[in-house]
Amino acid sequence: MAVGQSHIRKDVRAKVTGKTRYTDDFSMPGMLQAKYVRSEIAHGLVKSIDTSAALAMPGVEAVFTYEDVPKIHFPTAGHPFSLDPDHQDVADRLLLTDHVRYHGDEVAIVVARDLLSAEKAAKAVKVEYEELPVCVTSEAALAKDAPAIHEGGNIIKSTTFEIGGTISDAEKEADTVVEGTYSTPIILHCHLENHTAYAYMDDNDHLVIVSSTQIPHICRRIVGQALDMPWPKIRVIKPYIGGGFGNKQDVVLEPMVAFLTRKLGGIPVKIEMSREECLVATRTRHSQTVTVRAGVTITGTIKFLDLNVVSNTGAYASHGHSIPMAAGSKSCNLYPKSVTRFSATTHYGNIPAAGAMRAYGSPQLFFGIECALEQAARKIGMDSVEFRIKNSARPGDIVPKTGTNEHSVGMVECLEKGRELIDWDRKKEEFASQEGALRRGLGVASFSYGSGTYPACVEIAGCRLVLNQDGTVHMQIGATEIGQGSDTALAQMAAETLGIEYDAVHVVSEQDTDVSPFDPGAYASRQTYVAAPAVHRAAKKLKTKILEHCHLMTGDEVENLDLVDGKIIRRGQMENVVLELSKLALDSYYHKERGGQLTAEVSSKTCTNAPSYGCTFVDLEVDIEMCIVTIKQIINVHDAGKIIHPLSAEGQVHGGMAMGVGMALFEELLIDPESGWIYNGNLLDYKIPTCMDIPDLEGAFVETFDPTSPYGNKSLGEPPIISQGPAIRNAIWDATGVKIDEMPMTPKVLFKHFANAGLI
Amino acid sequence: MQTINIKLTINNKKYEMDVDIRKSLMDLLREMGFTSVKQGCGVGECGACTVLVDDVSVDSCLYLAVWANNKAIRTAEGECKDGRLSPVQEAYVEEGAVQCGFCTPGLIMATTSFLEKNKGKKLSREEVKKGHAGNLCRCTGYQTIINAAITAGKK
Repeated sequence: MAVGQSHIRKDVRAKVTGKTRYTDDFSMPGMLQAKYVRSEIAHGLVKSIDTSAALAMPGVEAVFTYEDVPKIHFPTAGHPFSLDPDHQDVADRLLLTDHVRYHGDEVAIVVARDLLSAEKAAKAVKVEYEELPVCVTSEAALAKDAPAIHEGGNIIKSTTFEIGGTISDAEKEADTVVEGTYSTPIILHCHLENHTAYAYMDDNDHLVIVSSTQIPHICRRIVGQALDMPWPKIRVIKPYIGGGFGNKQDVVLEPMVAFLTRKLGGIPVKIEMSREECLVATRTRHSQTVTVRAGVTITGTIKFLDLNVVSNTGAYASHGHSIPMAAGSKSCNLYPKSVTRFSATTHYGNIPAAGAMRAYGSPQLFFGIECALEQAARKIGMDSVEFRIKNSARPGDIVPKTGTNEHSVGMVECLEKGRELIDWDRKKEEFASQEGALRRGLGVASFSYGSGTYPACVEIAGCRLVLNQDGTVHMQIGATEIGQGSDTALAQMAAETLGIEYDAVHVVSEQDTDVSPFDPGAYASRQTYVAAPAVHRAAKKLKTKILEHCHLMTGDEVENLDLVDGKIIRRGQMENVVLELSKLALDSYYHKERGGQLTAEVSSKTCTNAPSYGCTFVDLEVDIEMCIVTIKQIINVHDAGKIIHPLSAEGQVHGGMAMGVGMALFEELLIDPESGWIYNGNLLDYKIPTCMDIPDLEGAFVETFDPTSPYGNKSLGEPPIISQGPAIRNAIWDATGVKIDEMPMTPKVLFKHFANAGLI
Repeated sequence: MQTINIKLTINNKKYEMDVDIRKSLMDLLREMGFTSVKQGCGVGECGACTVLVDDVSVDSCLYLAVWANNKAIRTAEGECKDGRLSPVQEAYVEEGAVQCGFCTPGLIMATTSFLEKNKGKKLSREEVKKGHAGNLCRCTGYQTIINAAITAGKK
């Protein structure tokens, strides 16, 4: 059985020896380097631009400004194209702009023979601005007299839905109502590989782009839109990428490198972002304010959740218009018997553009939901875990947004398992009466998520299998490996269904839009769930072709044959080997009359979206005088369906947990509210956790088998990051009696709240 | 462009060359094809370019190539000998310490130097963590990396 075992990752030997090549590890003769000229102010109009000094510098090949680029507004969000014009992404970008909207916006670009010359020349471009009022905060951007950051005003989208009944009816049934407002910071992805891309032309009208992208096929389409080129004239190649977390689910550099090489007659042109550029001039996680009203009965039944989100998407829309809605929809899977009313407003601001980041708005929304529900549980005097168990989704519950109930649900078991693992009941008692500056506290928070984007977007995946001469199989997939381990998981699935060894499946890891089957890419925790049916069907198809070829060779009827462990046997008789697959493969290629190269290709659409579930339990100590939180134990428990590769699954959980702890306790992009100036756009001042800052991380699973996937699996990439914030906040409340309704809960923030509460 | 002639060994092989005095060791190694050496920040914040210089781990982005004169450099490529992974590389594979892989070669070198320096010592998990605090990873939460370092220490 290949599925369910921790086989050696397909890419791991190459990665530990440094053999994997990332975009920056390729070069071409004559390749030029480009560097953006970025605005020094957060909002304004370019009055004049002087490129003469830059052009005169040695090594400089060209300088392009906003005057030189096509006047085509294009979207950048990494969603598949939509046939519904109303559902298409906001097209608000030009390649370069004379209306700068954040500190670092792109007004010109210098191309030179080397990076140093390009950097020096970019600094020599003189730009004069007419400054405009700056809107950093939601209050400023939504004020009546706020300047329009884009034509049409600052509100991009307002969405609302009410599901499971009406709030007005549910209000009557609730015995008590709690309210709260919760705010979350701007978070940066900080993948270790900065954005890098280069492009060249290999024909007069054919462009090749190599990029560190999560979404090669989407990238091809958007470059086509931005440059008004037919999509098939663009070829996007994705080599190994050094992490993305959603920041490479956006088209960032590709349209520009494509534009530059076209302008320069097809010469290769590369943009490699510096770390500082990559932190502020790509995308961020939205800072949001979540207002929650929750109504519960005295016996602990949640009657309604009334959620209101204000989301600041910054200078450009990117994914901003869809993020709150996606999170709102997926949140309804958790407490499906409650009425939910959800409304969200997304607006522009003069801060770096926010886009997709791991779990796509859910960490922000669940910070609101799970903090407010903690308040409700405490108000009616019910245990936090019991309260959640009572209200959690159970098998058979209808998923509100899709109306189906044919999914596996292990939420209650997750809470029960977590409670046991952290020794909740004993510790609750132990921590009940504490005095002094050091206090322990326990916290819990749950979440629900989806396994893709359907029905909001199309879910399509492709797989091509080729039987090699020696009986091994090459697998080509549109699914993009970005470190999460999808190559390995999909190879396990192929091996399992085909009946060959895992080691006999070679995954072609690189995606090339001229060659790879179509799949929009790695996002929404969709990759393994959505690609599984394509792999399953392709493997079944290839297996049938193999057995048919065996029939040609031996005369045995196909229905009497099977392929097991790389051997063709008589069905049900393991010892009765008819043919080695390697012999059959060679025959299929080289016999002069029969057979041919045995291949199978399937493109499949997934029209289901399995909800996944889980929770975080945390035991921590608060040093009230020093305002420091020390996590003693932290556990995530997940229902991600069947676990395909236990070691990688746990790795995903650890990674998400560490990011979640970072968001809860340390990380925040700081921007001056008056000027829009960015204070900490580097890795020294923007504090991502080192291994000294992260406690031991425990991941556990409640394995269910989801009937909508051929292998029973559901999403796991993003969910591990969702619930640390509220769990930690609830534990700090448990320890100190003080509610911290904002992240990150740094010593500075704790000091403010502890002082207000009279603790210090 | 001013150059200086340097002699050094990289992964046990001798080299002599003229190098631009402004060039970092990271750029030199990458240009020579040792692309396991990754640039994550260029200013010593992330550790992705960690190599060993006379068995001491350094951020090669902050280390001038000319300083490597008469030194022995080790990179992740050289740790795999005759197709056999080093005990540290093996431990990273076994423990699932690799996801996107961009920080991995630098971390492999950090672990290698840390374990060689502390050979024979009994190390606490906290001490192992401290020894890896100069290298950032955003994928793993460090859990499996620390596991791998501990496992490699026992090999």
